[in-house]
Amino acid sequence: MRPINAKIIQIIEETPSIRTFRFDTSLNDAQPGQFVMVWLRGVDEVPMGCSFKNGITVQKVGDATSRLFELKEGDSVGLRGPFGKGFTLPAKDENILIIAGGVGVAPLGPLADSAASVGAKVTTILGARTASELVFEQRFSEAGDIHLTTDDGSAGTCGFVTTVLADMDVSAYDRICVCGPEIMMFNVLKMLQKKGAHDRAEFSLHRYFKCAIGVCGACCMDHEGLRVCKDGPVLNGSLLLDSEFGNYKRSSSSQRVKV
Amino acid sequence: MVKITGIEFRNPTILASGIMGTTGASLVRMANSGAGAVVTKSIGPEPKTGHPNPSMVKLDCGFLNAMGLPNPSYADFDNEIKIAKEGADVPVIASIFGGNAEEFVRVAEGLTEAKPDAFELNVSCPHAEGYGATIGTDSCMVEAITAAVCDAVDAPVWVKLTPNVTDIRSIGKAAENGGADAVVAINTLRGMAIDINSGYPILGNRFGGLSGPAVRPVAIKCVYDLYETLEIPVIGVGGVSSWEDAVEMIMAGASAVQIGSAVHEGIEVFGNIATGIEQFLQDNGYAGVEDITGLAHEVI
Repeated sequence: MRPINAKIIQIIEETPSIRTFRFDTSLNDAQPGQFVMVWLRGVDEVPMGCSFKNGITVQKVGDATSRLFELKEGDSVGLRGPFGKGFTLPAKDENILIIAGGVGVAPLGPLADSAASVGAKVTTILGARTASELVFEQRFSEAGDIHLTTDDGSAGTCGFVTTVLADMDVSAYDRICVCGPEIMMFNVLKMLQKKGAHDRAEFSLHRYFKCAIGVCGACCMDHEGLRVCKDGPVLNGSLLLDSEFGNYKRSSSSQRVKV
Repeated sequence: MVKITGIEFRNPTILASGIMGTTGASLVRMANSGAGAVVTKSIGPEPKTGHPNPSMVKLDCGFLNAMGLPNPSYADFDNEIKIAKEGADVPVIASIFGGNAEEFVRVAEGLTEAKPDAFELNVSCPHAEGYGATIGTDSCMVEAITAAVCDAVDAPVWVKLTPNVTDIRSIGKAAENGGADAVVAINTLRGMAIDINSGYPILGNRFGGLSGPAVRPVAIKCVYDLYETLEIPVIGVGGVSSWEDAVEMIMAGASAVQIGSAVHEGIEVFGNIATGIEQFLQDNGYAGVEDITGLAHEVI
């Protein structure tokens, strides 16, 4: 598909470095965990998890996101998608644990909405460096129970999402859905492996994308050659145990770099 | 079983360069999905990040791409070839590029220890300045580069040609004169798409190469012409997505077919096409692919 023209109708400052952009166009068939390619014309095109049917929630980290942060309501970007495989859709009476760190809330917000709307029970562990960096606290609270954690203890438990997870009995959960910095997700995977629950866990991954449609192979992970853009970005924990996950990834020139 | 340039393939479908060929693991996955051989992403003398995105877009008639030869350089890629060779039970062909004969030789020699089954020279990428088609449209350079690489390595050398020339036969002849063991035709056709909402060309590089169904008739004609002109085998590539497409390409003169963009519809494409060709041969009483290679030339 060619990029569709999406006009920014609302910009919400979630934290000092994270903003939500709402567009005049909705991707109505987007499933929680799927992504869009966001084209900042003349600069770059980058993958972003859909945080709403018509929105993305973005941290300013590079050229493309810096350009995006310069845009105002009324400006437009190009969008292609939704692409990739999202989270398993929750069903009525299922018990879902959501673990979100930092801007990793983006694909998990719609999952929480979807779970609550079908009558699944949702519990969220929401983590950030500090209280002012917590995103979608109200959204996750409205979907079910919530545990907050901050690195500095300014809100909720002082520590990491794994500090809360360590004391949890995860046997009650049908699925555990995770997104955040890779080291955080890796620590969650290791903890869930010890608890024997890694095969009920789904992780939303981030890799450098070029084609974004499963053809070029730039985002392939070792050792199974899984394409994060097409086989993912959401992958089951059992596929990640003996992989590059938590260890290394590929740069834009396909060189291995430490995570 | 097909034998081309001294290498045996379990079937005539080959993963084309630039598709799922960046890591050893993904090459193994393509082999496991049924490919008879796999060609790596094009590897050059220095690490290269490629063009900014968008680098590939699906259009109604095919795909437009301008990756920009992103690669980790031969020094970082020999290990990926080793992984592919260990894990895949099919031939692994190293696609290489450079700006001149000396660079091509440096890359080829740098990868020799990893023992690729053949080298494919990329003198046909349509959108990387100083590389690819910049060289591949000049028959003197194609002959000189082919000769230099053939001198430097023992493995068979294939030369991948660009269709963006007045007459592809003269470039094919130059490769043959340089000592190429086979030619591969075609690389993508130069093309462009523009976003009418903004006037911006969609690709980060502004223009790129067209692949997929739209280019197949062009590829068929190029393969047909090369088969007529050359003594060495022609490997056909361009828009093949079904066994019928593959048989057509073989009848035009291809000894084997490469498959690229069709991976978009599913990686099972290799196994499906190989099975379809096999069934077609059996149903029509042909002993092998060689019985129908160039058939279109004989029925006039």
